[in-house]
Amino acid sequence: MFLSTIVGRLLLDSCWQAWDDRHVSHAYTSDLLSDVMANAQEGQALITIQAHKNTVAVASLFGASCIIICNQRAIPDDMIAAAKAENIPLFVTKMNQYTVSAKVYMLMES
Amino acid sequence: MPLPLNGDNTPSFISELLYRLKVRDVMTRSLFTVNKDHCLRDAQNLMKQNTITGVPVVEGHRLLGIVSMDDIIRALDLGNIDHKVDKHMTRNVTVLEDDMPLAFALSYMEKYHFGRFPVLDKTGELVGIITSRDIILHLLIAMNHEMEIMEEKLKVPESPEQTQVAEPTIGIVKKEFVNRKFDFENAGRPSSEIKKLCVAAKVDSKTIRRIAVASYELEMNQVIHSNGGSIAFEMGPSQARLIAADCGPGIEDLEAALREGFSTATEWVRSLGFGAGMGLPNTKRVSDSFSIESSLPKGTTVTCSFNLSPRGEQDVS
Repeated sequence: MFLSTIVGRLLLDSCWQAWDDRHVSHAYTSDLLSDVMANAQEGQALITIQAHKNTVAVASLFGASCIIICNQRAIPDDMIAAAKAENIPLFVTKMNQYTVSAKVYMLMES
Repeated sequence: MPLPLNGDNTPSFISELLYRLKVRDVMTRSLFTVNKDHCLRDAQNLMKQNTITGVPVVEGHRLLGIVSMDDIIRALDLGNIDHKVDKHMTRNVTVLEDDMPLAFALSYMEKYHFGRFPVLDKTGELVGIITSRDIILHLLIAMNHEMEIMEEKLKVPESPEQTQVAEPTIGIVKKEFVNRKFDFENAGRPSSEIKKLCVAAKVDSKTIRRIAVASYELEMNQVIHSNGGSIAFEMGPSQARLIAADCGPGIEDLEAALREGFSTATEWVRSLGFGAGMGLPNTKRVSDSFSIESSLPKGTTVTCSFNLSPRGEQDVS
């Protein structure tokens, strides 16, 4: 599924604009970066509340298609800069991890 | 004005100090506090007598709030100086934890522009207070100490050649990265460099993934647990190798450290999503060969290698 579809349906806020649209192959939800590192698959969206720069490092290493930060966590500027530098679209939403995961899952399966 | 200490132009010795020293090494432990039944005038007198600019309000060892010079000035202005402190104190106090590196205290000062931060221990009890003066004072002490050591060194003739035991090299590609204690800012950079080297060498993506997992975990281990260290990456035609060596303090129970879920990380490290006790188990799992040596307090060296598929196959993919 295209990232733009998910962003449009879930009304996610982009932390940086002008990202290229890309394919998203399901998602991985976790706040434990070691767990993400070990189990997330290339192309998946990363759904988490870990709003800091290290999340971008992990996302880039496993090849995330995007990062979705839940619970409207404040995103530090250096995280946005890092995401932009690694060309990883970064979004923030009021919804929690459960809701975002469920919505992405439903979209993918429909 | 922010302290010009944590920027790109800061000498590396100072940056290292900022990560090596903890808040508890620098904070003032003898505290002047009031409880909530005191009035603002009591706080004002404490400030005057002890030339301090803020007084924590406590109940036992629990922090309820803080009265700052600003609160006093406002109270004098409005004629509230004889009111109880809990009516006018600042309640949402930004605090630091005693085992955070000093670099965190500095970035908090720049972020929040408060003159002082109460310091809590792991159990949430107030154990000290830290101001920019404390930081400058301790940095000066540390710098003096360092200068003494340098002067000492200048007196002795050059030491003989460093006895560095060279690992047998396998490499065409060879690179070494340095990690500093608690430097979360730069964590991940070595791993992405290593990943880029692998991509450039056309290593297959599954193997790249394994190498990336191992290097990231080893890197984070050094950032979280060690006094700093380095990660060397070597890659030849048939094998890639990571050697992570740190300069202490060593692992007390190696067997436990290799068990999934075992961790000695502190609460605030965990709150960042690390320290779940998966680092070494993950590294071992993804490596084709894995070895670890550790001695107290000298340090830990982890070596792991990865078999690369023959050139021919890579060219096809």
